[in-house]
Amino acid sequence: MSATLAADPPGTLPLQQRLARAERARKWRAFALTLPLLAFLLLTFLVPIAALLMRAVENPEVARALPRTIAALDAWDRKDTPAPAAFAALAADLAALPDSSDAGLLARRLNSEQPGARSLVMSTYRLVPIAGSADEVKAKLLEADARWAEPAYWHAIAKNGSRWTADYLLASVDMKRDASGAIALMPEDQRAYVRILARTFEISLVVTLICLLLAYPLAWWLANLPARRANVLMILVLVPFWTSVLVRVAAWIVLLQSEGLVNSALMHLGVTQQPLPLLFNRVGVVIAMVHILLPFMILPLYSVMTGVPPTYLRAAISLGSPPLAAFFRVYVPQTYPGIGAGCLLVFILALGYYVTPALLGAPDDQMLSYYIARYTNVEINWGMACALGALLLAATLVLYAVYRRIGKSELSLG
Amino acid sequence: MTTTTRLAPVLAGIAALTLGSAALAQQITVVNFGGAQAAAQKKAYYDPFEKSTGVKIVPVEYNGEQAKVKAMVETKKVTWDIVEAESPDAARGCDEGMFEKIDWSKLPKADMVPAAVSECGVGIFVWSTVLAYNGDKLKDGPKTWADFWDVKKFPGKRAMRKGARYNLEFALMADGVKPADVYKVLATKEGAERGFKKLTELKPSIQWWEAGAQPPQFLVAGDVVMSTAYNGRIDIANREGKNLKMSFAGSIYDLDYWVIPKGSPNKDAAMKFIAYTTQADAQTEYAKAIGYGPTNSKALAKLDQKVLQNLPTAPENTKDALQFNIKFWTDQGEALEKRFAAWATQ
Repeated sequence: MSATLAADPPGTLPLQQRLARAERARKWRAFALTLPLLAFLLLTFLVPIAALLMRAVENPEVARALPRTIAALDAWDRKDTPAPAAFAALAADLAALPDSSDAGLLARRLNSEQPGARSLVMSTYRLVPIAGSADEVKAKLLEADARWAEPAYWHAIAKNGSRWTADYLLASVDMKRDASGAIALMPEDQRAYVRILARTFEISLVVTLICLLLAYPLAWWLANLPARRANVLMILVLVPFWTSVLVRVAAWIVLLQSEGLVNSALMHLGVTQQPLPLLFNRVGVVIAMVHILLPFMILPLYSVMTGVPPTYLRAAISLGSPPLAAFFRVYVPQTYPGIGAGCLLVFILALGYYVTPALLGAPDDQMLSYYIARYTNVEINWGMACALGALLLAATLVLYAVYRRIGKSELSLG
Repeated sequence: MTTTTRLAPVLAGIAALTLGSAALAQQITVVNFGGAQAAAQKKAYYDPFEKSTGVKIVPVEYNGEQAKVKAMVETKKVTWDIVEAESPDAARGCDEGMFEKIDWSKLPKADMVPAAVSECGVGIFVWSTVLAYNGDKLKDGPKTWADFWDVKKFPGKRAMRKGARYNLEFALMADGVKPADVYKVLATKEGAERGFKKLTELKPSIQWWEAGAQPPQFLVAGDVVMSTAYNGRIDIANREGKNLKMSFAGSIYDLDYWVIPKGSPNKDAAMKFIAYTTQADAQTEYAKAIGYGPTNSKALAKLDQKVLQNLPTAPENTKDALQFNIKFWTDQGEALEKRFAAWATQ
């Protein structure tokens, strides 16, 4: 080492700098190699997620369609029916809309804020332009639809004057801004998502625990078999893994229905007199989800267990430990990485489940994704869908952070 | 190199074929709800239309998701030419500029039932949500929604669609509200409260369904004693030899509409297809293939009693039935469905 240092020719950079430069070049080369993947991830993963989060706070409809009305409502006391000037501004705004589709979008936005606003806005849109003084316009609008006298519809307009809103995100945790702009809880009969989120976590947790209980002994058995037989059995684990989820759900319907295989077998054996309700409730959802997610638990457990030398367990027993204690104190701790990876994988996959509960569950077994799909496809309220998506994402990230903190280990899912 | 040379003529051939067929025959994409209904449409509409005009029909199935149509229209890449839409979707989409306006001068407007004529939608058939039960298992079956709620007289599970729509109407009728007053009552705060309260009463006995194919399966398998169901699905099951019965008293009928997504490149051909499907003869064929009612009033006269008794539009079936209130549900639907989600959690 010192010989090389001494041989440093004059006029060149000192070794340390040259080393640093070589190191930098090596890092850049490594970075360049991962560049295609990074670009791919950016385009297919990060950009869509960012767009989704944007949609959850975007609120352009009212601001774009009703600029004059919003200005006119600035002076409003937010208690009684607004002044005639606001009515005139509303009529002028609606008359100035370039296309009926703009009125439709406005109507949709206001309707999700205040049910009934859709028909109110659309019928008024068909009336405009209205000539006359502000008082005459007010009289005409009220005559056409008396609902314009109710402050609730004006609140919906005044609240959404800004291009950005926290309303969707607030609604996803059962909160809202009231008429004065203060944050408050939703009325009791509209409070749903916090409970649904809790239910989503509860179902995922139950499924994860059952998966662990079922997979651990199986993986242990597989890991202790000769490689050839283990491979054959592993195929049995993987075959359902490669079958379509829908097919497996349909198969469970056939098996679990009241005249299905499971119930007729139980009744034949005299375990039960009446067919058990196994379908269209929580039991069915959990059974099918465990079945679908089981391979995701078995595979990481198996790969970790094959790396644990059996000699440790034998050593513990030969040193006088009872077999069961040796298993739990020597063997199980060595499989913690597999348990962690398997549980995290199953839990996170379960959080997003949608088809299985939709087909096998009752309304109180639906998970958050069901409502995200509903807002996307049926209500076409993409702001709300994105807000619920953001809620699920945030909850999952928090959970992962907690896991990292507790597990104190860098966990790779690979 | 050799592969390329060998492939080149093949590729040229494929290109020629696709170009050639595009030049020869125009094709339009018609989106339907699939299943038995799609088969009936193929028989009554697609095949005869292809034969008479030479325009090829490409059927696509969907599940009513308007998100796809919205995405197509927003990105101006419209590949669907005609879409079958449920009434609230047709009305909302029209308001929001997702669909083309219909040129009614090209259609037999005078013959159509009034509900079928709308700004962007052409009503194509009438369907109904009815009370259904298995005639083999219940000899003296339920007639009304009050019977549906009567778990003493008819013990066992009942199947209902997962959601607030229809169920709230049925609940109010079971609670003694006359069909004509249902939407008036439901529009009030107390009315909605009353509907949910009545649903709570039945909650322990409800088995929920998601897809229209499920109710006949449940009834045949004996999972439930009665169910709400789409009348056409029951009709199809009976054609396959089952003995399912329906009660049209207090049923809710509604129309499905053809709509043309805004910016469809084949608008003219699409209008021709729609005109074909509104003819009395074509609609008669459709009603014979599946028990959904025609919207061309002349078609009704061409049907015999055996077919008529299963149609929601037959006079004796509309007598105590309720027309689905589109305006009410486009206004209140989102809030009521959310309330249903909250109610289910309790």
